[in-house]
Amino acid sequence: MCAEELDFVEKYDLLGCIQCGRCTGGCPVALRTDLRVRCFMYDTQNEERLEEISEKPEIWDCTTCYTCAARCPKGLEPLEVLIGLRSLQIEEGKVQPTVRDALESIFKDGNPWGSPRAKRLDWASDLDVKVLEPEAEETTDVLLFICCTDCYDPRVMKVAQALIKVLNAAGVDYGLIGEDESCCGSEVRRLGEEGLFEMCDEENVELLNSFNVNRIVAISPHCYNTLKKEYHGLKVPVLHYTELVAELLEEGKLEIPKEIAKVVTYHDPCFLGKQNDIYDEPRYIITRIPGVEFKEFDRCRERSLCCEGGGGKMWVESESKEERLAEIRIEDAKEMGAQVVAVACPFCLLTLEDATKVKGVEEEMQVMDILELLAEAL
Amino acid sequence: MNGKPRIGVYVCHCGTNIAGTVDVEEVVKFAETLPDVTVARNYSYMCSDPGQALIVDDIEKAGLNRVVVASCSPRMHEPTFRKTLLSGGLNPYFLEMANIREQCSWVHPDPIAATEKAKRLVEAAVVKSRRLEPLDAKEVDVEPSCLIIGAGIAGIQSALDIADAGFKVYLVEKEPSVGGHMIQLDKTFPTLDCSACIMTPKMVDVANHPNIELMTYSQVEEIGGYIGNFDIKVRKKSRFVDIDKCTGCGICAEECRMAGRFPNEFDENMGMRGAIYMPFPQAVPAKYTIDKESCLFLTKGKCGESPKCKDACQAGAVNFDLEDEIVEFKVGTIIVATGYDVFDARLKPEYAYGVYDNVLTALEFERLVNASGPTGGKVTMIERGKKKKKKGAEEEAPKVPESITFIQCVGSRDKSVGNEYCSRVCCMYTAKLAHLVKDKVGHDCEVTVFYMDVRAFGKGFEEFYDRVRREGVKYIRGNPSEIYKKGDKLIVKAEDTLTSTPLEHETDMVVLSVGLVPRRDNREIIDLLKLSQTSDLFYMEAHPKLRPVDTASDGVYLAGVCQGPKDIPDAVAQAKGAASAAMIPMASGKVKVEAQTSFVNEDTCRGCGFCVELCPYTAIELVEVNRMGWPVKVARVNEALCKGCGACAAACLSGSIQQRSFKDWQLLPQIEALGVK
Repeated sequence: MCAEELDFVEKYDLLGCIQCGRCTGGCPVALRTDLRVRCFMYDTQNEERLEEISEKPEIWDCTTCYTCAARCPKGLEPLEVLIGLRSLQIEEGKVQPTVRDALESIFKDGNPWGSPRAKRLDWASDLDVKVLEPEAEETTDVLLFICCTDCYDPRVMKVAQALIKVLNAAGVDYGLIGEDESCCGSEVRRLGEEGLFEMCDEENVELLNSFNVNRIVAISPHCYNTLKKEYHGLKVPVLHYTELVAELLEEGKLEIPKEIAKVVTYHDPCFLGKQNDIYDEPRYIITRIPGVEFKEFDRCRERSLCCEGGGGKMWVESESKEERLAEIRIEDAKEMGAQVVAVACPFCLLTLEDATKVKGVEEEMQVMDILELLAEAL
Repeated sequence: MNGKPRIGVYVCHCGTNIAGTVDVEEVVKFAETLPDVTVARNYSYMCSDPGQALIVDDIEKAGLNRVVVASCSPRMHEPTFRKTLLSGGLNPYFLEMANIREQCSWVHPDPIAATEKAKRLVEAAVVKSRRLEPLDAKEVDVEPSCLIIGAGIAGIQSALDIADAGFKVYLVEKEPSVGGHMIQLDKTFPTLDCSACIMTPKMVDVANHPNIELMTYSQVEEIGGYIGNFDIKVRKKSRFVDIDKCTGCGICAEECRMAGRFPNEFDENMGMRGAIYMPFPQAVPAKYTIDKESCLFLTKGKCGESPKCKDACQAGAVNFDLEDEIVEFKVGTIIVATGYDVFDARLKPEYAYGVYDNVLTALEFERLVNASGPTGGKVTMIERGKKKKKKGAEEEAPKVPESITFIQCVGSRDKSVGNEYCSRVCCMYTAKLAHLVKDKVGHDCEVTVFYMDVRAFGKGFEEFYDRVRREGVKYIRGNPSEIYKKGDKLIVKAEDTLTSTPLEHETDMVVLSVGLVPRRDNREIIDLLKLSQTSDLFYMEAHPKLRPVDTASDGVYLAGVCQGPKDIPDAVAQAKGAASAAMIPMASGKVKVEAQTSFVNEDTCRGCGFCVELCPYTAIELVEVNRMGWPVKVARVNEALCKGCGACAAACLSGSIQQRSFKDWQLLPQIEALGVK
C-alpha cells in the first residue's frame, strides 16, 4: 500500500467538510443501518486510524446512490470516502466471498454473474440482430451497450429483448458488440477494486473505440454513468436508452399503436436521476403510451428513494431489522393504487420486484422496465 | 522641470514585510550608483511621519526634483507620497513608486533573488523618474444634488441625511411604494421593535421633505457625465391614476372587476389584490396604481360597460390616457441602494418548496405573522392557489399548525447553488420568528430549528438567542437534507449531528430560512454605472476595508445590501456613511479629477474607434475634424471622465493615444531597464 493512496485528507478534500450533517441526513440507508457517513468525513482525517476505520462493517452499507454528494453544500463526495475505505479492505483481501466471486467472474468472464462469455448473447438468440465488426467501413448509428445483468439474468433479459423490439419498430440502425462485450466496471469501482476498474476502463475504451458508430446507447444507468463520466478517452457520445427513445418519439419515428389502460408510476433510478439529471425523458415516454394514467410518487425526481441495488449491494447484504427501502417503495406504490411500477434500471427492476413478493402484492402490481411497457404497447 | 534630474531614492523596510526578505541596505548601495541619484536612504516605515519628513528635508536641502519610493503597491500610498512631494514644494507627479512588497518580498522566498529583483525594480523606477513631467490636477464644479436609486431603508436613510444637510435629493424607487424589504417584516431582531412602527415615519419623511423629490414607480434609464455633473434620465411609469388627485380612499380597488384575482407581490404572492391596488395600507405615497398587465381595460380594451374603478373614483383620478413621463435632471453624486432578492428556494428541490403548500420561505412567513398580512397576522396552515369562495359560502376555519420547523442556511454557505457566503441575517431572523411563533401561536406550538452553526455576532444577538432557547425553541444541530410527506405530516429528514442520530422529524409547517442574494435585475444598474461585482455578484466597493461605501467610479457610492448581506442597523450605518461620502464633494463644491489622463494626437489618429470600444468609462468618442480640407473622424478624450486606466493607450494601433505619465517614451525605457528588450 503506497503512502499517496492513503492521503485521504487531500484526495477527498476532507478539510472542506463543515460537519453540517446533510450527507447523513439525506442518506437513504442511515435509517436502517449504522452508516453515518458524516462521521467518516471527520474520522478519516486521522490517517493513522484508516485501517481500523476501514474494518467497520457499515462501509459496505452504502449504495453509492450519490444523495450525500448531491446535498453537500461544499461540493464534497462523502460516498467516495467509503469507497476509498473499501479499497483498503479489498487490498487486504478482507472481502465477503460473494463479492470476491463477483470480482473474479468479471476478471475471468467479463461479467459478475459467474456465467461464461460464450453465453453472453444467448438473450438475443431468437432475435435477428446485427453484431458489429470492429473497424467496419460503414457507420452504424447506434452501438448498444448491454448490461451484464440484462445478458444473463432470465428476468432482466426480457428488458433487452424489449429494447430490440422498440428499436426495430422505430427503424433504428443499431448493432451489438456480442461475446466480446465486458462488464462496464461500475460496481467494481464502487466495491473498491480500483485496479480491476482501471482494466475495465482501458479495455472497454479500446474495444468501444474500435467500432465505427455515431453514438453508444447503454441500457443500464450504471453502465451509462460509468461510460459517460468515469471512462477516459471514449470518442463518441454516450446516451441512456430513455434519451434515445424520447428522441424517437419526439421525431415521430416511433408510434405507439396499442393502449395500456393501467395506473403507472415511475421510480427514478439514482444513477439516472440524482447522478445524471435525467428526469423528464422517462416520464415523457411513459405518458406518451395511450391509456396510461400516470401517478408520481410523493418522493420523486431529486427526492427519489434509493432501491439499494447499487454500490455493489447486489453482492453484499446489510444487516438490519428495518424494512428494505424497496419494500417502502412498493408500499407507497400500493397506497397510490399503482398497477405498474415502471423503472429504467436492471437493479431497480430486481430489487423492487423482489419487494412485491415480500409484500405479497405481486399479483396486483407489476414491476416493469419502461421498455417492457413500451414493447407491450407496440 | 528645468535642469538636470536630482533623484532621491527611498527604500522602505515595511517592518519585516520587505526587510525580512530583501536586503534593503544593499538596494540603497546599488541605488547610489545609478546616474542622477543624489540621495538614497532606507527607513523602517516610509509612510510614517518621520519617513515622510526625510523626503521633505532632502527636497529642501539636497535640491531633489524627482522622488522614487520603493515600498508597497501604489494603490494605498501613492496619494500619501504625492502629498509629501507637494509639502516639499515639488509637483506631486514627480513621484515614482517601485513595488518591492506585493511584487517582490511577499512572493519570493529566496532573499538573494528577491534583493536582485528589488534592485531591478528600483533601477527601472529611477529610469522612468528622469522622464516624468509635472501635471496639474484640474478641478470641476459639483452640482449640489444627489440621485439615490432604491428607497428601502438604506436609500431612505441616505436621502434623509443628505436632504437634512441642505442638499437636493432625487430618490427613485421602482415599486409603487417606498419601504423596500424592511416594511415587509413583522418585528426586527434582537429588540423586537415593530418594523413598520420604526419604518413608516421615515417613509413619510422622505415624501414630505422639501429637499427630496420622490419618484416612485420610476426607473433610471440613462446616466451620463461624471462626478459633479451627472446627467440623469428617469422614466416615471404611468400608474393610470393621477396621483395629484388620488385621495387613497380605496373605493376603486373594491370596485375592480378583477379584485382579489392576482397575487400581491408585497405579500410574497400569498395575499391577493386586484388590477388597481395599493400594495399595503401604509404605502407611501398612499396612492393607487393600475397594473397594466392585469387590468381588463388595458389588456382587452374593454371592462364591462365602462371601467368600474373609473366610475367609482369621485376625485376623477383614474385616467387611462396617462402615459409614462421622462424626467431629466443633473446631479453631482449618486448613491446606489438597490437592495436584494431572497434566495429562490426552488433551487433546492430536496426541500420541496413549491411542491408542498406548507413549506414556506421566511419572508412568506413574515407576511403570515404580520397583522397587515394575508391572514391578518394569524399563523394558520395555508392552501396555495385557493380560489376565493363565493360570498356567503361557509369557510372552514383554517387549521393552526401544532408544530413549525425552521431550516437555516437555505441558499447560503452553499456552493451547490453558487452562494458561498453567509447571509448574516438568517440565524437571527430565525430566532426572532421562532420567538414570534411561541408568542403568537402559543407555547404549545412545538418549534424546532435545524442549524449548522448559530452566528449570533451582533449587539444583543447572543443574549436574544439565549432567550429564545429558554422559551422552549428546540435547536437541533444538523442541516436537513430532504422534506417529504407521510399522511398529513411533513417529514424533515436530517441527522442530529451531536448524537449522530438520523431523524425523520414530523412537523406541520416548514419555514426555510432563505439567504439574501443579489437582485436578479442587478445588470440594469451595472450597465448604467459600470459597477464592478465581487465574486458573490454583489456590487463591489472601492476597498474592502477602507473605502466600503465608495465604488471605482468617483461620485458613485453604495449603501445597504446591494453591496453585500447585512442587517438593518448595518444597512443604516452604511447608508449614513454613503450619505456622508456623497456630501464631501457636494459640500466642497469642487472636485479634483484625474491628472494622468489620456490625450489624442489628432494629426495621426486614424479614427478606427478601437479605443472607443475599449474604454470602460465611455470617456472617448469619435468626432469629425477638418484635416487639410477633408472631414475625418478622430478619437477625442473627455478628460473629466477618463480614469487613467491606460487601456486605450496600450491598444492604440498608431500610438496616437498616449497617457500622461505613461507615455511611450517614459514607459519603454522603464521596461527596458527591467531587462525586457
